[in-house]
Amino acid sequence: MDVEILSRLQFAFTIAFHYIYPPLSIGLGVALVVFEGMYLRTKDKHYEQLTKFWIKIFALIFGIGVATGIVMEFEFGTNWAAYSRYVGDIFGSALAAEGVFAFALESTFLGVLLFGWNKVSPRVHFFSTIMVTLGSMFSAIWIVVANSWQQTPAGFKIVGKGMNARAEITDFWAMVFNPSSVDRILHVWIAAFLAGTFLVLSVHAYYILKNRHVEQSKKAFGAILIIATISALAQLVTGHGSATGVAENQPAKLASFEGHYDSLAVADMYLFGWVNNAKQEVTGVKIPGGLTFLLYQNFTTPVKGLNAFNKNDRPSQVNFVFQTYHIMIAIGMALIGLTLLALILWWKGKLFNQRWLMAVFSFSVVLPQIANQVGWYSAEVGRQPWVVYGLLRTSDALSENVRAEQVVFSLILFTLVYMILFGLFIYLLNKKIQTGLEPHGTNKEYAPTKLTSK
Amino acid sequence: METFLNIELGTWMFLVIGAVFSGYAILDGFDLGAGTVHLFLRKEESRRIALNAIGPVWDGNEVWLVIGGGTLFAGFPKVYATLLSAFYTPFILFLVMLILRAIAIEFRSKETMLWWRKLWDITYSVSSTMVGFTLGVVLGNIVIGIPIDQNMIFKGGLLDIFNPYAILTGLTVVALFALHGSVYLVMKTQDKLADRLDYISKIAGMLFTICYVLLSIATLIFVPHVLDDFKETPVLFAIPVITLLLLLNERRLIVKKKYWLAFMTSATLTSLLLVTIAIGLYPNILISNIDGAYSLTIANSSASQKSLGIILTFVMIGAPLVLVYTLFLFRTFRGKVVLDEMSY
Repeated sequence: MDVEILSRLQFAFTIAFHYIYPPLSIGLGVALVVFEGMYLRTKDKHYEQLTKFWIKIFALIFGIGVATGIVMEFEFGTNWAAYSRYVGDIFGSALAAEGVFAFALESTFLGVLLFGWNKVSPRVHFFSTIMVTLGSMFSAIWIVVANSWQQTPAGFKIVGKGMNARAEITDFWAMVFNPSSVDRILHVWIAAFLAGTFLVLSVHAYYILKNRHVEQSKKAFGAILIIATISALAQLVTGHGSATGVAENQPAKLASFEGHYDSLAVADMYLFGWVNNAKQEVTGVKIPGGLTFLLYQNFTTPVKGLNAFNKNDRPSQVNFVFQTYHIMIAIGMALIGLTLLALILWWKGKLFNQRWLMAVFSFSVVLPQIANQVGWYSAEVGRQPWVVYGLLRTSDALSENVRAEQVVFSLILFTLVYMILFGLFIYLLNKKIQTGLEPHGTNKEYAPTKLTSK
Repeated sequence: METFLNIELGTWMFLVIGAVFSGYAILDGFDLGAGTVHLFLRKEESRRIALNAIGPVWDGNEVWLVIGGGTLFAGFPKVYATLLSAFYTPFILFLVMLILRAIAIEFRSKETMLWWRKLWDITYSVSSTMVGFTLGVVLGNIVIGIPIDQNMIFKGGLLDIFNPYAILTGLTVVALFALHGSVYLVMKTQDKLADRLDYISKIAGMLFTICYVLLSIATLIFVPHVLDDFKETPVLFAIPVITLLLLLNERRLIVKKKYWLAFMTSATLTSLLLVTIAIGLYPNILISNIDGAYSLTIANSSASQKSLGIILTFVMIGAPLVLVYTLFLFRTFRGKVVLDEMSY
């Protein structure tokens, strides 16, 4: 395999793995603010137990998120040196802002959040929880701005020619508020709220099924269900905003979403289907003219198709983009249905007796995770063959001196380490969940000194 | 070229990045060093106390690396590209070590089996040491120069990177961090454990002195271009002399049990070492040993003036904030470590 494929694989693998954790941190952060805020307001010991329990899970998730995140920053330089030179003037300032304004905030207050329960006053602790959550949301802003700039570059000029060509910043705010930034930041934030809230919902649904911590779990489930429902509905709005933006700025990507080839035709919307890229055919169930309607509110306006682009300038993995995009939407719809149903049953006071629904919620944690993953796959593969849309090709972005065997070595290393890491993460997460909430007043040690066995 | 207080923005950026990496070396330096000496603590309780001494702060310390990387990327994109792709393998190892270290800290105390804790203790100690070592190797190479062609592309191989000078620099960094970390741990512990760490810090101090003297001799012999700047401005010779005096004084302070002063001294030593290197490099950043004309300099590899202005503005706003957070954090967790229900 060549360096390009290997480097793309490595970047895709390391970022996809990393991306399990930050959205969970952001969403769990919001849940922690709710639990701790409720505790401070009501002095209800149940909320204290909930806060302490979720802090420990937060610690586990956050730690892995930080460790796998540093890899991403360095990989721009190690594997994508030409890219780094090309975009450094722009991308660098977003990355620097992320470090100075977001990471410093979240990681310092994290120390107080995790270890300060008995060291600072409840108010200061609550303040730290809010700062960590805000910090993680700020970091999402900057990294999504940087990625959005790759999708819809703005506020720059090209200096130099050939190998020495690079983008130079001309207008910082135009770069930050490039055409896709705001839609995508909101979309990513809400996706993160869904990831975190569904983890909370699934654990407490499990406790209710197992008849453990029932009182606490009902309180937690109710409070978090409200946030999850609002997020699921809001995601429909931001998703639509994003898609409209893609239609305007990245028509080849939009055409790939629906496997739309013919520019003179009205575009359909598929519920599901399969794209044959060679024959330029889609087999599946569709709403005729559905995409046209979503974009232009009529059934007659044609939509630019893939054939309007040179073969070298449009994505080659059309079916992959189609499938990932449709899985994301299907999950989004499922989350709306699930949360609304639960909300109605809760309203009627029947929610927690529906054992089947609690069972569904126990497993629901994977849904936003899958949606987050495939959503990014379609966004990133849909941008190909460009690393910076319309400006720099992925194949021109590599490190000139790095050889295939070096990338094979690092790819194997990351794969091994991440597999072990993931196994341990699931094991310890499950253990924490099985241990459950600590009864109030028993200061059972988080990590006992006494060893049990060899 | 735009200037601020009569100094070019590129030079300001060079200073800022140097300051951020100094901050990183001082802060993460002590928790990496704590990792290096971890296995020399025998009892389970001692190890837990030592781990919790860095528990609330290590993550914040590591953020300085992220900021350093970000400002280097932003300020000198070409240096970032050449440096990271040139040192591909060392940086990949460095990243894997950072991951292993983070999970070792996070996981070690979560199970009560002896083998489990042993496994993560070893992982924690080895990875902490290797992080300092790989950074030292990269630093050593930056000092002696690397094969870079006229297109700013690295032309060497792995063996060019793991040369004796670079390895000696790596060992020096490990010894410095071990000294810095063990002095930090003495301040955070009491009784027998503090005595043990006091003893460890004395050994680390001795090892660092040996490494520093050897490295200085090696520099004079193998890296003549570092001498050039010093010859031009002889007063700069004061810096390495001060470094050595401070080092000897630090060892005296440890004997006198003035640990806080000793800790501040090794912090100063750390930044002085980087200052010495920065003076030797200026105005170059990455020196080409193929042809000096191919070197990456502040002038030929910085971001645009506009971009530099933006980043320096960020730093001016952000630096006081980061300082306040850091002081708040260290104040909150001042004093000796006491294990509680939330400890690692």
